[in-house]
Amino acid sequence: MIPAPFSYKRASSVDEALDLAASDGDDAKYLAGGHSLLPLMKLRLAVPQTLVDIGRLDELSYVREEDGHIAVGALTKHAELADSDLLAREVPLLRHAAGQVGDPQVRHCGTIGGSLAHADPAADLPAVLLALDATLVARGPEGSREIPAGQFFRGLFETALEPGELLTEIRILKPAAPAWSFQKFTKRAIDWAIVGVALQGGKVALVNMGPTPLRATAVERALTAGAGAADAAALAADGTSPSEDLTASRRYREHLARVLVRRALEESASRA
Amino acid sequence: MKLTVTVNGSPVDAEVADRMLLVHFLRDRAGLTGTNVGCDTSSCGACTVLLDGRSVKSCTVLAAQADGREVVTVEGLASDGELHPVQRAFHAEHGLQCGFCTPGMVMAAVSLLEENPSPTEPEVRAALEGNICRCTGYHNIVRAVLAAASERQQR
Ligand SMILES: Cc1cc2nc3c(=O)[nH]c(=O)nc-3n(C[C@H](O)[C@H](O)[C@H](O)COP(=O)(O)OP(=O)(O)OC[C@H]3O[C@@H](n4cnc5c(N)ncnc54)[C@H](O)[C@@H]3O)c2cc1C
Ligand code: FES
Ligand code: FES
Repeated sequence: MIPAPFSYKRASSVDEALDLAASDGDDAKYLAGGHSLLPLMKLRLAVPQTLVDIGRLDELSYVREEDGHIAVGALTKHAELADSDLLAREVPLLRHAAGQVGDPQVRHCGTIGGSLAHADPAADLPAVLLALDATLVARGPEGSREIPAGQFFRGLFETALEPGELLTEIRILKPAAPAWSFQKFTKRAIDWAIVGVALQGGKVALVNMGPTPLRATAVERALTAGAGAADAAALAADGTSPSEDLTASRRYREHLARVLVRRALEESASRA
Repeated sequence: MKLTVTVNGSPVDAEVADRMLLVHFLRDRAGLTGTNVGCDTSSCGACTVLLDGRSVKSCTVLAAQADGREVVTVEGLASDGELHPVQRAFHAEHGLQCGFCTPGMVMAAVSLLEENPSPTEPEVRAALEGNICRCTGYHNIVRAVLAAASERQQR
């Protein structure tokens, strides 16, 4: 399988990337690790006219501490997140979840920014950043703006990014409550989550329980009101709209969400 | 576009279509057919090569993304007629049957041992999760990687 023809341009700075994308309008797409985009292009489900390769923007690849928060460059690869001592200390949920994405070869290519911008409801990191209440920084021709993770995911593969806007950074406040858990239920090692749960403190986010990653608000409210793990977890499927596919029916996903949220609450309690 | 990729230590210059995949560049332009295409959908790992020292699936990388960088394929492992320790271990431990997955398995194992020189058995299994073998049942492959790791440690 070979992608439809396109023209390849490589950006050597953020400004150049924005210029290159703007000059080709809606038909241009950024290429980060390529591990969501190239498979789609090979199937001809995506047919961009221009690819702007941002994969060498090393200035956007970092994990560092900045007054009170952790800043992660959008081009940081999953393998680098999974290897980060700073994340191990400050945001172990993100470090751990990044190590569960795909397989080593995927983690050597895929980036956190690509994962967010692609907005696949089955992806792991979008839910993790929702549970962490992260802030995403996007740059466009008019400058930078901040988008709370809770307002970023708009629909299936749809985000708040404007055409040509580049995700540059993810900002994560150091979690106040240390308890965390990440649950990913798959049939085979390499598979995407049938359902997943990211939990940080009292915040619970779900993978693959609707067209976007979403917060399990009924569970969160029950926890705040003092409910125990089992009672809170029983509400995990409330307000969700999981799809049906070859791997799971809707009812099975709802069941999994309840079981996995309970496991997440129990595991995180052991870490508190 | 014009590009130069260092393949197994030697520069390969070529004029290629922007949409050419790295695996086709290696097989059709560099003439190195050791790297196989299995699934062509990023799932099986048969096409695994090292890009700047780390394993990647070359069916899911553009040749253009490798421009100016270093690629190592299975052909680049042996030196002076001597097999690489991982290749030797696959031979000694019967880590293959039909051999189709083997170049990718070997490259994934080489990448693992660079990152983690003394992996445990579960770590080896986890590190090979992106590589599918239809013949061996994996046990001998895992044994081969562990044997190669302990040989490297002894050196
Ligand atoms: C075999 C396989 C298994 C996988 N398994 C999992 C899994 O278990 N869990 C999981 O979460 N993911 C999985 N993935 C997806 C993987 O994590 C991707 O790497 C990731 O989703 C996309 O990141 P990328 O850097 O490769 O983005 P690309 O493919 O380069 O880009 C994806 C999209 O985002 C846009 N984009 C990229 N970067 C930016 C940016 N900085 N600003 C604006 N737009 C941008 C692109 O234009 C494109 O539309 C898997 C992928 C493969 C091939
Ligand atoms: S051929 Fe590349 S992963 Fe199967
Ligand atoms: S030896 Fe035949 S596929 Fe692995």
